[in-house]
Amino acid sequence: MNPDKTDKTDTVLEIAGLSLAVRGTPLLADVTLRVARGETVGLVGESGSGKSLTVRSALGMLPRGARASGSVAVAGEQVLTASPRALREIRRTRASMVFQDPRAALNPVRRIGDYLTEGLRARGVPRRAAEARALDLLERVGIRDPRGALRRFPHEFSGGMLQRVVIAGALATEPALLLADEPTTALDVTTQAEVVALLRGLQREHGTGMVFVTHDLDLAAAICDRVYVMYAGRTVEEAPGAALFGAPGHPYTRALLEASPSVRGERAELRAIAGRPRALAEAPTGCAFRDRCPKAADACAADVPAAIAHGLSLVACLDPEGTGR
Amino acid sequence: MTGPVLRVTSLVKRFGGFTAVDGVGFELPPGHSLGIVGESGSGKTTTARILAGLETPTSGTVELDGRVLDARSRRDRRWQARRLQMIFQDPHGSFDPRLTIAQSIAEPLRLHAPGTDHRARVSELLEQVGLSARLGGALPRDLSGGQRQRAAIARALGITPRVLVLDEAVAALDVSIQAQILGLLADLRRDAGIAYVFVSHDLAVVRHVTETALVMRHGRVVESGPTEEILRAPAHPYTRLLLDSIPGPGWDLERVARDRRALDAADHAAAPVKRAAP
Repeated sequence: MNPDKTDKTDTVLEIAGLSLAVRGTPLLADVTLRVARGETVGLVGESGSGKSLTVRSALGMLPRGARASGSVAVAGEQVLTASPRALREIRRTRASMVFQDPRAALNPVRRIGDYLTEGLRARGVPRRAAEARALDLLERVGIRDPRGALRRFPHEFSGGMLQRVVIAGALATEPALLLADEPTTALDVTTQAEVVALLRGLQREHGTGMVFVTHDLDLAAAICDRVYVMYAGRTVEEAPGAALFGAPGHPYTRALLEASPSVRGERAELRAIAGRPRALAEAPTGCAFRDRCPKAADACAADVPAAIAHGLSLVACLDPEGTGR
Repeated sequence: MTGPVLRVTSLVKRFGGFTAVDGVGFELPPGHSLGIVGESGSGKTTTARILAGLETPTSGTVELDGRVLDARSRRDRRWQARRLQMIFQDPHGSFDPRLTIAQSIAEPLRLHAPGTDHRARVSELLEQVGLSARLGGALPRDLSGGQRQRAAIARALGITPRVLVLDEAVAALDVSIQAQILGLLADLRRDAGIAYVFVSHDLAVVRHVTETALVMRHGRVVESGPTEEILRAPAHPYTRLLLDSIPGPGWDLERVARDRRALDAADHAAAPVKRAAP
């Protein structure tokens, strides 16, 4: 979807024309996404839009029985066609993932130290060296008393602190790509700010490319260089983070903004979007958003709209909007 | 002008040595909407649960419609339930999975007005919250999150309560659905004159459904007043921190971190800020 802006060698994630289906039920169609080294890319959308499926595909984590077409490459390495051994290698060294709920991501009966060192130990790093590295990581993510933390269990940490531990684990192997799937959604808003600051700092330090999945448009616009908006298993808009608010191109993006309450500016009336978010399998033909779109015309039913340039954005709509919020 | 429909005075709730709610008090005029804002551990949900009679306060009183409630009295509880209903974040847990939506909505009607036919009233309620008659015949598991929340609201409205306590009622919903439910809540308040206690961690949502708000931290009210004023000129450092933490253009993460550290250092030292009503 994106014209060549970055050098190929700098691309840490390249998803091209990815389609996914499970037993005949389509889940994703023609998803394209690119992340350059050091870049933060947002993936926003509502339930069923396919944003989590998309990031998971980067680690080859497809739903059981899924058939995929298109290509997914992490730091130049093909994921969809990778052998189990090659896939393990990608997960171990090139890409890491941080999930929404750190408590579900950690084994509750194993100590934090085990969690942080197991990846390194599996790579043959000696125990003492692995422990020293774990200590260093915990310090860097701002855990107080890192030495004591190594011996503690997940239940002894608050949600925010535990998410820091998970981030430390994700960065232990210095991956080129960090996939963050709603990493701050379960956290308090003041804690969210800290975890985002941490992710950004570490990313800047190492030049890690990051995909940040969120349902929060404000958050995406505030921290992402580029944002992809997904609806019903497809990418409907790709825009620079700052432009998303100034000039939403797709009627869905615009409708989302108008439906989102804000603490800033004058209090504006919320405008609800009729109907509910669709999954790809239940979407109408042509443009998937047309049954909820205030501007839908007959032509929208014919084909899935191709992405066209609209200002700084790419928009999959026959008639992108020009005005800001 | 009648008195407040809900008057809460010096509410305290201790769990063992832990004080979850520490001296919370407010008044809620009829048809008014009050927000209770805070993060996890602020005591906002415990406060809501005390209002609904799901917890007994350690001390302090809840006065509903001029009557001080005794949560241990069964009669009081039923009297209270007719006037005050609660909506939870995930209505899935509060529906009997074997009853149809229409049957669940009829339950409180049967309890409070037994022996009458409630079918007409149930259809009216479904209509009021924007659910089709067909969905009335569905089981809770067949409904989407937004539809279930509508059904929960319909069930709460059946006995025409005077107060609705909503605990993170739209937090689990997609943005487009959330806007629909917020619109529904605004309509209901306008048409039926119900008062809301709207408990939420989300200041932006609270801004859209309330006139006044309390900001809670560590069990205490640190700031209260008209919602717009709190947002425009937050007086307590914690309220400022909450506002600065919300992502937006020019988000200054370093400032947020600095302010949070300063607040942690000065903890409990700051006095609560109370504004005069307009």
